[in-house]
Amino acid sequence: MNEANHIMLEVSNLRARVGGKDILKGIDLVVKAGEVHAIMGPNGSGKSTLAGVLAGRGEYEVTGGSVRYQGGDLLGLDPEVRAREGVFLAFQYPVEIPGVNNAYFLRAALNAVRRHRGEPEIDAVAFMALARARMTLLDMDPALMNRPVNDGFSGGEKKRNEIFQMAVLEPRLAILDETDSGLDIDALKVVADGVNALRSADRSMIVVTHYQRLLNYIVPDFVHVLSDGRIVRSGGRELALELEERGYGWIEPAVQDA
Amino acid sequence: MATLTASQDTKGRYLPAFERAWREGVNEPAWLRTTRRAAAAEFDRAGFPTTRDEAWRFTNVAPITQTPWGEAPIAELSAEDVARFIIPGLDGPVMVFVNGRYARALSIACGPVAGLTMTTMADAIGRDGAILAPHLARHADVSGRAFTALNTALFEDGALIAIADNAIIEPAIQVVFLSVPAPVPAAIHPRVFVLLGRNGQARMIETFAGIGPANGFTNAVTEVVAGDGAVFDHYRLQREADPAFHVGHTHFHLGRSSAVSSHAIALGGRIARHDAVAVLGGEGAECTLNGLYIAGGNRLIDNHTEIDHAVPHGTSREVYKGILAGHARGVFNGRIRVRPNAQKTDAKQTNKTLLLSDEAQVNTTPQLEILANDVRCTHGATVGQLSEEALFYLRARGIGLDEARRLLVTAFAADVTSRIRLEPVRAELDRLLTAGLPLPPEEGARA
Repeated sequence: MNEANHIMLEVSNLRARVGGKDILKGIDLVVKAGEVHAIMGPNGSGKSTLAGVLAGRGEYEVTGGSVRYQGGDLLGLDPEVRAREGVFLAFQYPVEIPGVNNAYFLRAALNAVRRHRGEPEIDAVAFMALARARMTLLDMDPALMNRPVNDGFSGGEKKRNEIFQMAVLEPRLAILDETDSGLDIDALKVVADGVNALRSADRSMIVVTHYQRLLNYIVPDFVHVLSDGRIVRSGGRELALELEERGYGWIEPAVQDA
Repeated sequence: MATLTASQDTKGRYLPAFERAWREGVNEPAWLRTTRRAAAAEFDRAGFPTTRDEAWRFTNVAPITQTPWGEAPIAELSAEDVARFIIPGLDGPVMVFVNGRYARALSIACGPVAGLTMTTMADAIGRDGAILAPHLARHADVSGRAFTALNTALFEDGALIAIADNAIIEPAIQVVFLSVPAPVPAAIHPRVFVLLGRNGQARMIETFAGIGPANGFTNAVTEVVAGDGAVFDHYRLQREADPAFHVGHTHFHLGRSSAVSSHAIALGGRIARHDAVAVLGGEGAECTLNGLYIAGGNRLIDNHTEIDHAVPHGTSREVYKGILAGHARGVFNGRIRVRPNAQKTDAKQTNKTLLLSDEAQVNTTPQLEILANDVRCTHGATVGQLSEEALFYLRARGIGLDEARRLLVTAFAADVTSRIRLEPVRAELDRLLTAGLPLPPEEGARA
């Protein structure tokens, strides 16, 4: 597990469709332990579909290719099993669940993960101590723990809540789907600080974003540009800066030519 | 006479019962005999409802009306048998009835409570005429209500609870009606009357439950008269056995500035119908009618509510929620009547149904009759399914499909359960919901 450079995720020629429409048209991606990969691309390029397919969202139909996660097949697993195995999706649109208490929900989630790992369940007192510590990290109002999940949260509170959940669940592979959208610069910094605090040698991250801005704060090891369901460019951080400067327009003709 | 209609035929079955009750009731006070005779006559006139009756359009009671119900046998139960139907942690008096008969040995008296009179209806009939005569069957109207008429004509026992003026009864009162399976399916007609004096306060739980595959028919009527300034919390827990039939009518009469809240929880029965009727008869009264109904299989649960704003400055709040699975059917009809002079009425009604299968269905009908012009009345009804998005969100955090569904269904019910102020009742309900949610078995098998 702590072996340096072991492969966390290996996506090979992944194809997927939703509602009869092909969205992913052959994605190849290798993410090693400890790496942060940014997936960028224009709207409709398939970024969120890729994130959803990796997390096990039901409406996507995988039509080809494979995904190996920590050496095993990922696509055959139910979403809850993926989560228990350490895959975490920070939702672009966190779901409001009236009537389900945030603390209860998150403790149930953590205990599901712990049971899966053969660890003892955490009791309410120990959980609250852990939760309070992690909330400090995200500069969150502790009162949010006693509210229904995301119910009545502001946009910024919802995004913080996602990263807070990630901090509690301590995944191996975190997929951040447009976590920056709708955040003002202060909230963006808080969220980025939270994410950066969770970077470690045995945790990988895939940061899906439309804008380069987030990558000023979460500095990626690799940047991939997705266009029309394929990765059309890969590079280092400088690729993101180039996109910032030139927009996505120069990418797409290249695809047409290819 | 030519041919009898089905309705005439079935109602004719009750003639011997009426005649026997008339003979056996020879020692009953005259006011009650008059009341019973009028009820029997009304039953004879109206007959059992059919789906041609507006109030029974979606509920076919033929399986009830066409069964020749027998006499409920005397059944012996142990304290152990009934323990799970008594809500723990309330420390109040409990009256237990088995097959309609008072079971002294199973009941829990907790010593005299100042200001509280609690007795069996059988005893009260001859003794407490001063309390009963002005009220009994004066509120739960029998006209056009065959089942209420039947109960009024035939009831033998039940409970009388009277709260003295200004008395605050701290311990919650429980009245438990249990049915046990009988070789010949039997009908019981429990009758409860609650009188709260001026500024009196009390909390009461009525439980209707079946033990084992109890196959009878319970036809219950409860009348509550809340005096001026009285405060009353009523909890009705219908936990009949799956093969059982249940028809209930609860009537609340609210005096000036009184506050009555009713929580009707319906969890059992093959066909279960409950009518909750509240008349705001004094200015400034506050009425809450909440309900939660849960059914799976081929069961039918019908809730009719009626709130009658008869005078100005009344407030009513109503939240009914249904959870239906399998081939279950739900019916909700919520009538709010605002009489011409009932100005400044503030009424709000919500009915929400969660369908857990494609085959489950609900008929929901709000009926607002607003005859005053300076009022605020709102209503809303929704029918929906579990949110796929919410399910995925929970699963994406590691929570299994079954638990995710249970969480969301419980959350749906929380609108009603969280409004239950009496903590032991809320805890009992949470326990019942956790154990008994009608989640599809194929999902259960997957976990």
